[in-house]
Amino acid sequence: MRRNGKQGNGWLRLPFWLTYVFLYVPIAVVVLMSFNQNKSPYSWGGFSLRWYGQLLENEKIREGLINTLIVAFGSTVLSTVLGTLLAVGLARYNKSRLVDALSTMPAILPDLVLAIGLLVFYAAVRMTLGLHSVLIAHTVFGMAFVTAVVRARLSHADTSMEEASRDLGATPLTTFMRITLPTLAPGILAGALLAFTLSIDEFVIAFFTAAPTQPTLPIVIYSMVRFGVTPEINALATLLLAVSFTVVIAAQRMTKLSEALS
Amino acid sequence: MVGRLVTMGPGFGFLIVFLAVPLALVLSYTVFRRGRFGGIVYETTGENFTRLIDPLYLDVVVGSVKLATITTLLALLLAYPTAYMIARLPAKWKVVALVAVVLPFWTNFLIRTYAWIVLLNSEGLVNSGLEALGLGKLELLYSDGAIVAGLLYAYLPLMVLPLYSAIERLDPQLREASANLGARPIRTFWSVTLPLSLPGVLTGCVFVFVPSLGNFVIPELLGGGRRIMVGNLIRDQFLKARDWPFGSVLALSVIGVLVLLLFAQAWASRRVGRDA
Repeated sequence: MRRNGKQGNGWLRLPFWLTYVFLYVPIAVVVLMSFNQNKSPYSWGGFSLRWYGQLLENEKIREGLINTLIVAFGSTVLSTVLGTLLAVGLARYNKSRLVDALSTMPAILPDLVLAIGLLVFYAAVRMTLGLHSVLIAHTVFGMAFVTAVVRARLSHADTSMEEASRDLGATPLTTFMRITLPTLAPGILAGALLAFTLSIDEFVIAFFTAAPTQPTLPIVIYSMVRFGVTPEINALATLLLAVSFTVVIAAQRMTKLSEALS
Repeated sequence: MVGRLVTMGPGFGFLIVFLAVPLALVLSYTVFRRGRFGGIVYETTGENFTRLIDPLYLDVVVGSVKLATITTLLALLLAYPTAYMIARLPAKWKVVALVAVVLPFWTNFLIRTYAWIVLLNSEGLVNSGLEALGLGKLELLYSDGAIVAGLLYAYLPLMVLPLYSAIERLDPQLREASANLGARPIRTFWSVTLPLSLPGVLTGCVFVFVPSLGNFVIPELLGGGRRIMVGNLIRDQFLKARDWPFGSVLALSVIGVLVLLLFAQAWASRRVGRDA
């Protein structure tokens, strides 16, 4: 039986490996080219870090990076607080599907739709665009991810500790701070990390809600990429890939840790 | 009651103001006239909707649907066997394989698109390879094929994940029963595995097809602006033409496609749930 199954599935290996080759070859080429001594981005001239050095001197990239970090930190804090509270509330009290649907919507909705919605909204309330308008926009979808991750953690959490705490006379606030939060901590941290990477890499919504004078890093990259391939972009791309990979793997470890603890 | 207000109040309020109200605004703009210098004139009209069937825009819609469909089918073709294989891996390798699929998705989307410019450029890796093989250079970049490659690259992980969780959940006994009753593997696949994983297939299709329709960066960077897709059209209505009502109608039609596919998905899940 088992041998039979294995024999029948041998050909599946081809598309399986093809998927991984397809996903990683383009990234690998960019990373490799970023260490290329040659000015032409297409022929290998030996190992070099010169493009990373040049990157540090690029004023526009530095400004974009600072703007991105401000937005990412702000929206991560905001979406983590709002998202965690919302997840706890949804797990405990919610019976309406409206709140439920609203909290997951930003994750399903195409980014372009959210972007024009916010653009139109900011115009309607006559809010000037700037870093704050991007920060709010990123909080909307960051929250969806934090809520989802924390809710998943809550769904297999043991509630007997909270009940015990309440029975022993602790106030709801004490119970929340001393029991609920520590149990949820790994999930909250994982959610926060995801919200952070999402914000750092987000382009479409930022493109619509940022002021032209305060572009985020992806907007700077967009204008660079439109003018073609440069070794500098390869270097920047490699650094961004390294950051995203590290954070996502950390978040993955975090949730696995939380699963192990529960 | 207090707990409910304290926990859900802030987040819910935030979502009402910055999600529900903006979407309601877009929805309401679909029936108003555009102002002469952009903005909105509050007179109702059906004009924005009838413009959708203007041959000029219909071409864009049909072309986008074509490219998004090709992308979705290719994604399905690659992702289904991949997800199937992952579901049968030992637990330890399963996690590794899944993380490896998801990882590129969490990296900068522009960078991933840019990687394809590097690959497909006339001096790029693919063309150098072709030349070395004596096949000569091909115009790879700035074509529909390049757009499909970029879209597939951007959204393939979103096809693998729902397929994986649908296949993973299947009871292996059903496959065994089918085999024991004399069905060949292909027959088992078509009459047992595929129908039961249909909800996952449809979820994956939603995740690939809808954002492919709404993407404006890939058609611009990899298509070189030769192909205008619905996403480009929406962007232009809001940032260039300043025709917000028509842009809203276009956005609404993307949401319409999304909702339709979600209904199909819910229907398939219910059916599978009842059969099982």
